[in-house]
Formats: sequence, C-alpha cells, structure tokens
Amino acid sequence: MDLIFQLAIIVTKIVLLTFVVVLPLVPLSVYFERRFSAVIQDRVGPNRVGIPLTLLGFKKDFHLFGLIQPVADGLKLFLKEDFTPDHVRKAFFWMAPALTVVPALITVCVIPFGSPLGIFGHTEKLVIADLDIGPLFIFSVASLSVYGITLAGWSSNSKFPFIGGVRSTAQMISYEIALGLSIIPVLMFYGDLNLSTIVQKQAENGWLLLPLWKNGQLGLPDINTVLFWFPAAIAFLIFTISIFAETNRMPFDLPECETELVGGYHTEYSSMKFAMFFMGEYAAMVIGSALIITLFLGGWSIGFGLDKYVTDLHIGDFYFGGLIHMGCFMTKLIAFILFFILVRWTVPRFRYDQLMKLGWVVFFEAALINVFLAALILAAPQLEKTIIGIGAVLLVIVTLAVIWVAKVSEENPKVLRA
Amino acid sequence: MPSYLFWLFSTIMLIGGGAVIAFRNPVSSAMAVVTCFVGLAGLFIGLSAFFVGVIQILVYTGAVMVLFLFIIMLLDLKDEEKAAKPLLPIASGIALFLVFTVQLIGVLSRTPDKTAPPLDPATLASAAAGFAPTSKIATTLGQGKLPDVHLIGHTLFTDYNMPLQVLGVLLLVATVGVVVLSKRQAD
Repeated sequence: MDLIFQLAIIVTKIVLLTFVVVLPLVPLSVYFERRFSAVIQDRVGPNRVGIPLTLLGFKKDFHLFGLIQPVADGLKLFLKEDFTPDHVRKAFFWMAPALTVVPALITVCVIPFGSPLGIFGHTEKLVIADLDIGPLFIFSVASLSVYGITLAGWSSNSKFPFIGGVRSTAQMISYEIALGLSIIPVLMFYGDLNLSTIVQKQAENGWLLLPLWKNGQLGLPDINTVLFWFPAAIAFLIFTISIFAETNRMPFDLPECETELVGGYHTEYSSMKFAMFFMGEYAAMVIGSALIITLFLGGWSIGFGLDKYVTDLHIGDFYFGGLIHMGCFMTKLIAFILFFILVRWTVPRFRYDQLMKLGWVVFFEAALINVFLAALILAAPQLEKTIIGIGAVLLVIVTLAVIWVAKVSEENPKVLRA
Repeated sequence: MPSYLFWLFSTIMLIGGGAVIAFRNPVSSAMAVVTCFVGLAGLFIGLSAFFVGVIQILVYTGAVMVLFLFIIMLLDLKDEEKAAKPLLPIASGIALFLVFTVQLIGVLSRTPDKTAPPLDPATLASAAAGFAPTSKIATTLGQGKLPDVHLIGHTLFTDYNMPLQVLGVLLLVATVGVVVLSKRQAD
C-alpha cells in the first residue's frame, strides 16, 4: 500500500510538473516571443485568436489578447503535410527531432519548483527527483541534445543542414566547457550540489546576487559576502551567455542562420517534426532560465527574510506556502524568458569565428581565473595576510598574462591555408 | 539496485556493444557506442555511484562521442559501408574475445565470494567516524545518505593529490601541444 502511494505521488509529480507546468510554457513563450518582438518593432503582433463567439451568433469575438494563438499554431503544424524527402537517411531523420525534445524535458526532474507542501502531516518536496548531483545531471542530460541537431544535419543528406549540424556540434562542445567552469565558484560557495538545498540556503542567507539578508534578518552583508559578489556576478554573466549559446538562441543561433544556411539543420524537415525542433529549443530555453534562477536568483524564494513566514502559512493541516513559492518561481521564470526574448530582438547575430573566439579565448579563461578568485575570497578568513597578498599578486599576474596572450594572438592573425 | 534494473541496463549495454560491430555505417556504430555508454551510466547510478554515472554521460557520451561523430561525419567514409569480410580482423577479434573471457574467468574464480556492505544508515553512520565530525561528509553520512561527490573529492584531494596535480599538468601540456600543432599547419 505504501509503495503504491509513493508511486502515485511520483507519477502525479511527473505529470503535473512536466506536462502541466513546464510544457505549456513552451507554446506560451512562442506567444510571448511574437507579442514582445511586435512591441519592440512597433507592431501589434498576434492579438486576435480567442474564443470565436461570432460562430455562435454573438455580435463580437472574445479575443483574450490572442492567448489562444499558440493552440492555433500547434494545430497548424500538426495538420501540415509531413513530407520526408527521398534522399534522407530515414532512421536518423526520424530519431533526430525526438532526441532534441526528450533531453530538455528529462532535465525538468531536478528543478525545485517550490518549498515543500504539507497535507495531513505528510510533507512533499516540489521536485520530481531530489538528486544530490542536480546541476551535473542537467549538464549531462542536456549535452545529449546535441545529438538531435547533429544527426538532423547529417541525416538530411544535403549541404546546408549538414553545415548547420557541424556548426552546432562545435558550438555546443565549446560552450559546455565555459558553462561547466563558470558555476564552479557557485558550487564552492554552497558546498553542495543538491538544487533544493542550494535554494533553501539562498532563502535563508540571501540570493547569490542579492545578499541583503542573513538568517532571515534584513541587513547589509559582511565584507566576505560583498567580495564574493564579484566572482558570483562574473559567473552569472558567463553562465547566462553560455546558456544562450547552448540553447542556440539568437545572438548565437548559427546552426540555423537563415542568411547563410537557408534554414540550417532543419531545412529538410516539415510539419510536426520541424515543430519538435522548435519545441526542443524553447524547452531548453525554459530549463536554462530555470537553472539560472535556481543557482543565482534564489529559485522559488521570495527573499528579504519573508520565506519562513510563507512556509508557515496554513489552513488547518494544509501548509500551502509551497504553492506561493511556486508562483514566485514561475514569475521569475517568465521574467527571465522575457529577458531571453528581449536579447534575441536586440543583439545582432555573431559571426562564427567571433562566436568561437568568445567561447575559447574570453569565457574559458575568464571562468578559470574566476575560479581562483572565488577560491581566494572563500579561503581568505582562514589564511594569513601574507598568503592572501601572494595569492592576489599571482592572480593579477595570471590575469594580465592571459589578456596579453589573447591580445598578441589577435594582433598577428596568420593567413589560414587549407 | 533492483535486479530487473540491472538486467535492463546490461541488456541495453550488450545490444549497444553488439550493434557497434554489426552496423556497417560508421555513424550508426557511433550511435551504438552512445547507447552502450548510456547503459553503462545506468549501471553506475544503480550502484549508488551517481557522480561516476553522470560524469560517464557528461564526458564520454556528451563530449568524446560527439567529437567522434563530428570527425566521422567530416571524413564522409564511403568504403566502410561496403560489405567486406576480411579474414584477419575477424580471426584476431575472436582471439581477443577468447583471451578476455579466459582472463575474466580467472579473475572471477579468484575473487572471494564476498557481498558488499549494505548501504543502510547504521553502516553509513559508522563510516562517518573516519571524518571530522562537523564536516559535510560526516553530517551527510550521519543522516544515512551517501555523499559520493564529496567522498570522491575528499579522496582525490587528500590521498591522491599528487597524481591529480601531475594529471593536470599532463592535460595542460597536451592542450598546449594541440594549439602549437594546429598553429604550425597554418604557415
């Protein structure tokens, strides 16, 4: 009986959190993208699709600000002809779209959506699998999604998709390094890889980028926390930009760059198979935003020492603070998705060599130096003054050396001959 | 680890491993290796070695095999797809298989039939005595959980600190070497 109860809870959590909370965010963010880009370009955007009351004899339609548009888009994609060209490698051609969507949705399982809910003395964490290796799990599963794009490019068996697939492979491998290195300072600070614990710590001691309270008391942070804010901010910057590159979002969407590659890796795809790539991209964006919020911006926590009061809210035996926290998480998530969209419609696309240079010459080194900086600041309270001084001098020397090497390699570019 | 999960992941691994040599297309073979690695990661995770399992996917599946695939796709191998049954590779393959089987039997027959200690709270709590009482490892062990990431980190940076540093230097030298070689080609 107990086993069945446990299983029921797990299945409920998977269905609710993945298919009711995260999956609808994908079409919703498409809608946001269209409306927000319209605002940026001084257009109106899709605002008509709603409930067609005129069909039922009423005078006016109920437009709902066009919120039904995603449903119409989805229906359109479903009903289009699904054409498989003759020259493709069929098995991989069919497998590739699934391989882009599935990893993005699997990573949902370690994201904490809210503080534990309590009913009848039974508390339940609002996370599907409370793994002790949260961020690593997300990285490893997300790194599998590169196969989808690569195989799509290769199995299409034509030139532009192939170039798109190859670009995507190189880009994702390059930025995975920056991604992994950039969060090492964050993990050193928390000393834990469990995302629920990380968010709980932020709720009590201040978000990583907003450390304005400690142990639930508002107040200015101490000197070490202030100093650690700088490596944290650098990590945030590198991590966010690398997530843009990993999810193939606009300034880095070289694998599907229309001006150079027609449609990139999905040129040969149509109907729902094409839509799956779209879904995979948006799902990766949602999960990336969720991870950034969880690590740097306090996850579900409301902040300012209010969280313990929210957790204690209850009607009888039902502790519903978790739902409020979940609402807070979703608000932050949608705000960050809007930020992603804002960047897409503001920043022009990078050139491919600029992209590679940014990844390998700037971010890789910056993340590495950032690790040492963070280690020095974290260890400083236990070290003697002279050792701190030597460490700081060494750090400055290494930084200058790296900048100098980067400059030198920039000044005399050798002519490449194949 | 429940035995049905062990059988599931072992079967995935074996199917992947068999498919590597059965497929004629190099890209299909590479994808079969990926399947094999995913099964292996599942086995690691089933043995409570979460970190090793995840690193298996992150490093081998997510990076090394992607590079393999990248190279295979760029080379555009056509000859390999033709049906060819050269005698020598097959014979040497069978010979290698036999040698490894003999070796495996030798190892298994010598290993004492000892069961691993169960990962119950009592065993874990007693293991916590070996670490500083306020440390993260000791507290997690005391709660009856296995902090495998912290334990691996602790072992690497205390008992195996020197080899780790040497490996780091080796990797750095290899990286510098790659950069030098690729730059020289440009002249």
